[in-house]
Amino acid sequence: MKRFSIFSLARNALTGHRHWEKMWRSPDPKREYDVVIIGGGGHGLGAAYFLAKEHGITNVAVLEKGWLGGGNTGRNTMTVRSNFLREDSVPFHEMSLDLYHQLSRDLNYNLMVSQRGMITFIQSSAANRVALQMANTMHIYGAEYRMLTLDEVKQKIPIFDPSPDMRLPVRGGVYQPRASMVRHDAVAWGFARAADARGVDIIQNCEVTGIQQENGAVTGVETTRGLIKARKIGMAVAGHGSVVASMVGQRLPITTQPLQAWVSEPVKPVLNEIVVIRSYYGTYLMQSDKGEIVVGQGCDPYPSYAQRGTFPIIEDATTSMLEVFPSFGRLKLLRHWAGMLDIPYDGSPIISKTNTRGFYIDVAGSGGFKTTPAAAKTFAHLIAKDTPHPLAEKLGLERFSSGRLIQEGGVSANR
Amino acid sequence: MLEIPCPWCGPRNESEFVCAGEADRKRPSDPEAETEEAWADYLFNSTNPKGVVREWWWHVSGCTRWFQIDRDTVTHEITPVEESSK
Ligand SMILES: Cc1cc2nc3c(=O)[nH]c(=O)nc-3n(C[C@H](O)[C@H](O)[C@H](O)COP(=O)(O)OP(=O)(O)OC[C@H]3O[C@@H](n4cnc5c(N)ncnc54)[C@H](O)[C@@H]3O)c2cc1C
Ligand SMILES: [Zn+2]
Repeated sequence: MKRFSIFSLARNALTGHRHWEKMWRSPDPKREYDVVIIGGGGHGLGAAYFLAKEHGITNVAVLEKGWLGGGNTGRNTMTVRSNFLREDSVPFHEMSLDLYHQLSRDLNYNLMVSQRGMITFIQSSAANRVALQMANTMHIYGAEYRMLTLDEVKQKIPIFDPSPDMRLPVRGGVYQPRASMVRHDAVAWGFARAADARGVDIIQNCEVTGIQQENGAVTGVETTRGLIKARKIGMAVAGHGSVVASMVGQRLPITTQPLQAWVSEPVKPVLNEIVVIRSYYGTYLMQSDKGEIVVGQGCDPYPSYAQRGTFPIIEDATTSMLEVFPSFGRLKLLRHWAGMLDIPYDGSPIISKTNTRGFYIDVAGSGGFKTTPAAAKTFAHLIAKDTPHPLAEKLGLERFSSGRLIQEGGVSANR
Repeated sequence: MLEIPCPWCGPRNESEFVCAGEADRKRPSDPEAETEEAWADYLFNSTNPKGVVREWWWHVSGCTRWFQIDRDTVTHEITPVEESSK
């Protein structure tokens, strides 16, 4: 791998950018690997990277049915944060933020981390209580999360212009300064390039259609490019968890639901922070580096694999946005899309062994872009060592039979 | 946007309904006799198929009754389930 630097940039500029080397090879699949990862999103590619880097396991393939990052990794709204309710959630998400802030250097790939901060509007006493509880939990782990008065909110967001007859008036806000936006494609590409450089085979247009096993242990995968043997298999397929896990007869505590987002035409900078309206399960918006206003809300309210969203969500989100940013009513919508999320029953990620030996799962859950580096690192640890990483010990499937759920559902909207 | 055929009210806008999950879920008759895994399977797991699924829907902002439909989770095609309107 040729490293990117100011010199490589200058050299390639002088030769008209015609000689950049390919960022990763596109090898044909080998007959056999130590580990096969299903799913070439951030989670799968990151797991392959950490397997190679931290565990010296380089005979690894990542199999992607489409193109790298073409799933949710390239569809999300790029927000990374660690404001969570439960003690089991905060350190995991904090590790993810830490990793995000150092990965550009480790991967030699600019993830364009932009630390904008996130402000959640407080519009009910229930939201106020949740915010305080979160702030207390987060302070235990050294994560800054602080309440803002209405005046402070207005100072930070000059364009904030709530209508006087709002049904739920904004009383103030709660602020996580370290919440950031990260260029999502770069996460997939950066992990892919660094994993490839360490010997990982990245194989696109290769769909896994079956999983072979013998005596309760996996032996390989059937794919659209033939049979590939593997000692261990890691699944990181976001919106297809139940489909792939059913290949070994594993049922999961998840439902697959669409999540939508849409962006406006680009405008001059007007909004620095990521803003959440109507508290934790409401509408969120931000301005991208390109100037577009990016808007999203919660998942569609029923299971679907259709990869398109339902209209009431857009209508509802637009209504709530215009209540506080009436000037955005003049914006033109440019694009709208949806991705499919595997929502676990308790809203927390699942990183786990299964009933089939050698078959491991990483269910990113509702907001799995923010968890990508931490999930990838702990998933690689689980696959390599067969025991969970200390920070992901509580994230296994056992929590559902033991009753130790990590309830985040009500507060962790997907952003 | 789905149009849900309520057996009592006819086709109505999806926003009047709550999707109440898979209909093939059966509560074990003697929960105490179940293993923890089996009980957790009933409580939390779902088949979550990519394709046709039989579901409970609740017409919460209409006649408030419950009924079943078969719905394709890819095409969103809906087929009423006759028995459920009895
Ligand atoms: C609109 C939207 C906004 C979001 N906003 C945020 C946000 O702001 N912050 C946040 O933290 N999270 C957000 N998320 C969630 C986040 O994007 C996902 O949780 C995360 O990207 C999942 O990463 P992944 O690598 O597990 O999945 P993906 O990137 O989806 O990768 C899984 C890959 O598996 C492949 N695959 C599936 N089946 C097979 C098979 N049988 N064989 C081979 N390959 C297969 C797919 O093609 C896909 O590329 C958002 C999601 C959406 C849709
Ligand atoms: Zn009805």
